[in-house]
Amino acid sequence: MLKIHSIDTFGTHDGPGIRLVVFVQGCHFRCAYCHNPDTQALETKEMKLMSTNDIIKLLEKEKTYFGKLGGLTVSGGEPTLQAPALIELFKECRKLGFNTCLDTCGAIFDQNTQDLYALTDIVMLDVKHIDPAWHQKLTKSSNENVLKNAAYREKTGQEMWLRYVLVPGWTDQPEYLETWAKYFANYQTVKRVEIIPYHELGVFKYKALGRKYELDGVKPPSKADLDQAEKIFKKYLGLKVIVV
Amino acid sequence: MKKQFKPGKWQEEISTRDFILNNITPYDGDDQFLTGPTKATTKLWEQSSELLKQEIKNGGVLDVDTKTIPSITSHKPGYLDKKLEKIVGFQTDAPLKRAMKPYGGIRVVEAACEENGYKVDPEVSEIFTKYRKSHNDGVFDAYTKTMRQLRSTGILTGLPDNYARGRIIGDYRRVALYGIDRLIEFKKADREALDGVMTDDLIRLREEVSEQIKALQDMKIMAADHGFDISKPAETAQEAIQWTWFGFLAALKEQDGAAMSLGNVSSFFDIYIERDMTEGSLTEVEAQELVDHFIMKCRLIRHLRMNAYNELFAGDPTWITESVGGFFENGQHKITKTSFRFLQSLYNIGPAPEPNLTILWSDKLPEGFKKFCAKVSIDTSSLQYENDELMRDVSHCDDYCIACCVSMMETGKEMQFFGARCNLAKALLLALNEGRDENSGELIVPDIEKLPAGPIDYQDFEKRFKKTVAYLAKAYVNTMDVIHYMHDKYYYERAQMALMDTKIKRNMAFGIAGLSVVTDSISAIKFAKVTATRNEEGLTTGFKVEGEYPMYGNDDDKVDSIAQKLVSDFNAELAKQHIYRDAVPTLSVLTITSNVVYGKKTGATPDGRQAGEAFAPGANPMHGRDHSGAIASLNSVAKIKYENARDGISNTFSIVPKTLGENKEVQINNLLAMIDGYFNKRAHHLNVNVLNRETLEDAMEHPEKYPQLTIRVSGYAVNFIRLSKDHQREVIARTFHESM
Repeated sequence: MLKIHSIDTFGTHDGPGIRLVVFVQGCHFRCAYCHNPDTQALETKEMKLMSTNDIIKLLEKEKTYFGKLGGLTVSGGEPTLQAPALIELFKECRKLGFNTCLDTCGAIFDQNTQDLYALTDIVMLDVKHIDPAWHQKLTKSSNENVLKNAAYREKTGQEMWLRYVLVPGWTDQPEYLETWAKYFANYQTVKRVEIIPYHELGVFKYKALGRKYELDGVKPPSKADLDQAEKIFKKYLGLKVIVV
Repeated sequence: MKKQFKPGKWQEEISTRDFILNNITPYDGDDQFLTGPTKATTKLWEQSSELLKQEIKNGGVLDVDTKTIPSITSHKPGYLDKKLEKIVGFQTDAPLKRAMKPYGGIRVVEAACEENGYKVDPEVSEIFTKYRKSHNDGVFDAYTKTMRQLRSTGILTGLPDNYARGRIIGDYRRVALYGIDRLIEFKKADREALDGVMTDDLIRLREEVSEQIKALQDMKIMAADHGFDISKPAETAQEAIQWTWFGFLAALKEQDGAAMSLGNVSSFFDIYIERDMTEGSLTEVEAQELVDHFIMKCRLIRHLRMNAYNELFAGDPTWITESVGGFFENGQHKITKTSFRFLQSLYNIGPAPEPNLTILWSDKLPEGFKKFCAKVSIDTSSLQYENDELMRDVSHCDDYCIACCVSMMETGKEMQFFGARCNLAKALLLALNEGRDENSGELIVPDIEKLPAGPIDYQDFEKRFKKTVAYLAKAYVNTMDVIHYMHDKYYYERAQMALMDTKIKRNMAFGIAGLSVVTDSISAIKFAKVTATRNEEGLTTGFKVEGEYPMYGNDDDKVDSIAQKLVSDFNAELAKQHIYRDAVPTLSVLTITSNVVYGKKTGATPDGRQAGEAFAPGANPMHGRDHSGAIASLNSVAKIKYENARDGISNTFSIVPKTLGENKEVQINNLLAMIDGYFNKRAHHLNVNVLNRETLEDAMEHPEKYPQLTIRVSGYAVNFIRLSKDHQREVIARTFHESM
């Protein structure tokens, strides 16, 4: 059974085409800018338990909208925390011809994750910071596994997208942007690199959860901030880079 | 000498379809060939825009002719700028000057004039009071007490008893293809054959055909006044468009039907355009100019309406619906370059609600056209989509058009008696109030037992509701019969009918409003605990709901099946009744903008809707209750079977551009995937708005900044700033699908 936080039937920002996006419950990272802090706890009273069959049923209902591109995206939370259940689900998807995307922060590097990767059409990996110390500060975790996962996916030759949230003062240091882009410059499996501007739409959730919001006062990046980041990324990654 | 068209049976008999099938040049490419407006187009549109601005400033009406009793030949030609106009002819002798149509009802015309600061010429009033009876008088002579009650309580609303019924589309292409003389010959032969035992039906039809022949003769005179001889077929593209316009104009001069739609003319025009271009007498720029000028004419069509009418159908709509696209049954699509050119006019002269451009969609249409449609939707919110495969499959015809918003009809072969709609939410309240109106306490439906006190028992309710619906359906049909008998008698559409087959198929198009309100109310009664609060007269004033219940719009069969059943049950009740002129009953789930007025007249409902609160439009889920995302919402509506609602199931979908995707290209692809997905579920209709709520809010504050802001409402489009504040607020309150 999968622990589910919520489901969106019309996802257009987490993978190609129209997608059923399943947000799972639970994440090890504690990203300062997380806009879904309510998905972090491993279990909640509100979460729903759903079987492979339940989700396949939803996919079947949505099948006609997928066209050649769309399908299922599992996001979260951190999906790989529930790798065994997802392996079962993705196996079924593969059998039935549903395209699968996995939106992951790369926190877990183990056999289960690798088995899951093998069944995933597109791994969308968030590499939140290239500097270990900053990554630690930003997410309360190391980026060691994240980079291992990236390298592993590259080795398998299967498609991967990279995502990067641009937060002024936290993730926009030009030297680190440079290092980040250079690091992935020769990755053959990376087909798309998304720069995602930080936004404040999740702030109210912290209040509701009675939690302190670390990025209080941080504003979304300006057009100039985004242009700069895009320019640096494009230097190494070319046309794969897209600001979304 | 012009190149001959490919021969076919269209030469022996009247068959525009056969002509198109034989001569069409399908186009599979993209929009790159399209051109911008000519200087003349821009100048004419600027002039029109100035008049439109003046019209709004005047409170909605620019001018009224209060003296002339209108007919096909009553007015001298009017022009914007005769030298620049490639297509000519207005309803009266000046653009935007409205004619009064007293045949529908003199009191209606008098009221409409007064409300706008005009006075009907006393002589005209005298004629229509003393000497000539109108449709409206006829109807009220025959109405029963029950019919009046249903009308005054708002259970039946929008009845075409004081305005013309519309929804009849002549095959205006016939004027261009055959010329008037040939059409008269055919009609004379038809009349000759109408012989035998002189029953009421036969006598009436003989008289009608005679009227049609006179209308055809008058069309020739009207065209001659403009300097054209339409007795013979059109030779050039310009003539084909002009001839077609004259046919349509004849109808528009005599009638003020609620929705007088255009048909499906674009690919017909294309045949003439292709021929002229092949022989080198027409360029792309000139072809686009012809289309733009034709479209401009459609945008300047006006009828004189009372304020009460505008409350129902807001924004001064005329429903000049033009159906573009679709397939022939042999698998050939009907997309031509002129299909593109019609859409291109939304760029060349800006977005506008008219003509009501309706795409007959199939996932098999050429990719280039699909993408262009999606782009136009995203840029202008001016298109609606209807499911071509579904309609062809269910109706077995492939040359059809849409009347009004969603009503399919075989072009030139099928007509409908427009039947407005029944307020289903009030029916539900009648069932909960022993058949009494929840506002007035008036007894409407006899023999509905009182409900026991305490929470409403679903079985108890269902019994009462079924009985109420059966009673109302019967009374509804009877009311319609009266209306259409009188309309035929006093306000017959001789111009439209002249351009249709003499032996015609007739539908009577009924409608229901408040589907989502009733569905959710029944769901609450069935799955939660609902207790009515009642006033001292025992009438419901509100409902206490304990517990949870599924709501329509979330792709949940438990509740969506209630909506399905409401539609199929109502349709089945209609089918039991005898109908005037043996018409076949059809049903729509469509409200136009009347969902606001219906809401106003309806007390609180068990779904938590407050008294007076607007309904959702058409078959839409109630605002804000479809919380499982856009696809779930679409899927719920798609479950309502078109077979049970052959007059159409309207769904108005509003989405924020960013939610469709991060850039234009992605948005286009996602939008067309969405439409494909929806229609492949055998859904019928989709209105697409791609807008930010903030734009609408700003337009409410600063209308002057948005003269052409167009938005799709239930089945048609309106100029947003022409809506009343109430309607604007209702549009803004609707679900805008957003994601984070």
